[in-house]
Amino acid sequence: MSMIVDHINYIYARDTENPVYALKDICLTIPDGQFIGVIGHTGSGKSTLMQHLNGLLKASTGSIYFNGEDIYDKGYDLKKLRTRVGLVFQYPEHQLFAETVFADVCYGPKNLKLEKQEVELRAYDALRKVGFPEELFFTSPFDLSGGQKRRAAIAGVLAMRPEILILDEPTAGLDPKGRDEILDQIKKLQTKENMTIILVSHSMEDVAEYVDRIVVMNDGEVFLDNTPKEVFGHYKELEKIGLAAPQVTYIMNGLYERGIPVSTEATTISEAADEIMRVFNKSNN
Amino acid sequence: MLREITLGQYYQTESVIHRLDPRVKLLGTILFFISLFCFKNPIGYAIARAFLAAVIILSHVPFTYMIKGMRGIVILMLITVLINLFVTQGDVVVSFWKLHITKQGIIMAAQLALRISMLIIGSSIMTLTTTPNHLTDGMEKGLRFLKAIKVPVHEIAMMMSIALRFIPILLEETDKIMKAQLARGADLESGNLFKRVKAMVPILVPLFISAFRRANELATAMEARCYHGGEGRTKMKPLKYASRDIVAYIIMLVYMGGSIFAGRLNIFRFM
Amino acid sequence: MRRVIFKMDIIRTKDVVYEYIRRDDEGEVVGITTAVDHVSLSVQQGDFIAILGHNGSGKSTLAKHFNAILLPEEGSVWVDGKLTSEEDKLWDIRQSAGMVFQNPDNQIIAQVVEEDVGFGPENMGVPTEEIWRRVEKSLKDVGMYEYRKASPNKLSGGQKQRISIAGVLAMKPKCIILDEPTAMLDPKGRREVIEAVTELNKKEGVTVILITHYMEEVVGADKVFVMDGGKVVMQGTPRQVFSLVEDLKALRLDVPQVTLLAWELKKRGLELPEGILTKEELTESLAEAYGR
Repeated sequence: MSMIVDHINYIYARDTENPVYALKDICLTIPDGQFIGVIGHTGSGKSTLMQHLNGLLKASTGSIYFNGEDIYDKGYDLKKLRTRVGLVFQYPEHQLFAETVFADVCYGPKNLKLEKQEVELRAYDALRKVGFPEELFFTSPFDLSGGQKRRAAIAGVLAMRPEILILDEPTAGLDPKGRDEILDQIKKLQTKENMTIILVSHSMEDVAEYVDRIVVMNDGEVFLDNTPKEVFGHYKELEKIGLAAPQVTYIMNGLYERGIPVSTEATTISEAADEIMRVFNKSNN
Repeated sequence: MLREITLGQYYQTESVIHRLDPRVKLLGTILFFISLFCFKNPIGYAIARAFLAAVIILSHVPFTYMIKGMRGIVILMLITVLINLFVTQGDVVVSFWKLHITKQGIIMAAQLALRISMLIIGSSIMTLTTTPNHLTDGMEKGLRFLKAIKVPVHEIAMMMSIALRFIPILLEETDKIMKAQLARGADLESGNLFKRVKAMVPILVPLFISAFRRANELATAMEARCYHGGEGRTKMKPLKYASRDIVAYIIMLVYMGGSIFAGRLNIFRFM
Repeated sequence: MRRVIFKMDIIRTKDVVYEYIRRDDEGEVVGITTAVDHVSLSVQQGDFIAILGHNGSGKSTLAKHFNAILLPEEGSVWVDGKLTSEEDKLWDIRQSAGMVFQNPDNQIIAQVVEEDVGFGPENMGVPTEEIWRRVEKSLKDVGMYEYRKASPNKLSGGQKQRISIAGVLAMKPKCIILDEPTAMLDPKGRREVIEAVTELNKKEGVTVILITHYMEEVVGADKVFVMDGGKVVMQGTPRQVFSLVEDLKALRLDVPQVTLLAWELKKRGLELPEGILTKEELTESLAEAYGR
């Protein structure tokens, strides 16, 4: 059960004078249960790639295999693929439409033509998993706060019980409180439900905190694909393509340059504090 | 997909046509439309085509760019042409099953195709070479006389210009909402008409809500920048006729005269 | 004496209260939310002020009082010495205190950059030649002059926000209020906007009031106000405010990563000075502590 992206290219405006090569020869293996962060500046092709993973866009060349099957094969059910690879777009609350939150979350499973009971069970389950307060289940989605709307919208995708969940900047526009709560809930989906999570983000700090692996996109290509420590070790190259490492990386490198023998691998606050304390305690002894 | 529609979207470049006063272009477009219905003979068409070609060349807008924007209308044009091809009575040239193509039908259809395409290209030249703000300024000033009969000319012009700015944004948004609902397993293609209309609800509701939200925010932003109607407003780009505008008016008059003359020619020959 | 002090305040609020009333379908009142709760503050000409707070803390509602988009239900707001409740001063007030909003798309009116920047001066009845001068200067000030003929739809989020700032600048305001201008931008766009705003404050002496929840953006401010539940709960220099890491955490606000790391290290027993704000400060203090 996994996804393999095999040499895909995506070109649009092909028949014009200046065709756009949005994706160039992308190869990725997405094993089960991994938490993957995708970073890249606006226009680097990350959103385009995500839309390929659930079949909303079709690659110009190359193949994508989901659980061993080529999704571009004749007769492959793309509609079904979309429900198994859930995609939460940026500002997903802009797609809420039903009269109540619950009805809106039911929309996905209903489209799967499930029994009414199963539909409602899944909706209930999804809302619970994103930590949506029960007393608001039957209010209008348009009366909610920004953070609650976002949760309701994520539940709308989760209710289809996807195996892979892709989130395109799920914390954009939220305040720190809303951001932490949503990311914590998403992390739980990975640890408790063993769901594969792909998180597209602009925040290096968030990525460093949560993911197992980072894919860096630049100019339609995979620029780096490795663990956070390895990727942020290349912070000078990241800067060249308009990205940055978490602040912690800069601090650790600064300390190292000042002659404090810390390892520069730390990417989160607690790792950095541990490392600095280790070095300080060692020198005291 | 949707954002590829370029019909009428301003094309930024430097040209004589771009610099013309929008009132000239507005009147010019109207006169060109009238001229298209003035004549029925090849000479008239030749004059009109030459005129149009000259304007296109002067406008510096690539012809391919214009044609690309017309894709959506081609189907409409084909239908009109086909109806005319088959419906027109006269000398049968080809016939199969119950359909007859007549000589008159062919001529009629060809004329119609020419006319419609010239009409569309003619009007798109105006919008391609005039910024919406300029265009609405032209309308506002050119139609100022309507204020006397209580037509809110400034407000209409402002509404038009804002609508034009938001069309591409809303098209992109529609595209996004559609994709998002598809990702939730929406089925927009199968079923009968009733089912399909029902399937559009999850797209239309968010779209309307978004449009209202945008309208609200825009209104606040405009007020914050001291917008309070057309009273006491000055213009960054006030409309003043330059000598090239006078020249353009003269060329238009000559063209119009030529067309009418060509039209007459037609009448003389067949009477 | 009093008048002199009064004149230096570009914005002053006294006991401002604003409530949102929620009604059900029949129009019955079902709830009242006090968005701004007895806020008194003053902003001095030329300052760079930041207002922090999580969503729903009342910061945006308060900001809308600074240029008379909202009027207080109780209390008063003075902008450049004018009371916002006086209707005949409305356009003067909006000219002195310009506002930039969150969504870059929903505040650009024209289809060409320069025409949008000219929109404000047009509304104010500024003569044509003067409009052109102002548009040119404003666009140069935000570094967008080369895009003057472009369509806003083709610009990035950060560029669009800079156009909006230029649009406000062209009205020659004394004060610019930015209501979460970076919330919808990527890191690059955020940097562009904050750099442009900082420049304006330093070079042109324009008073800046920045409303945000990104802590990194307010490190350079002269003064920070923190709002919660409609009230101002903290105020002071960034150094003073950010030294209260625990209070900020209790308000579920972020602290800049550098400050957070310094705080964490102090908690574990390292001796470091209070309120470290920048990477350089932290490196310096740690190097010193290590050498000792």
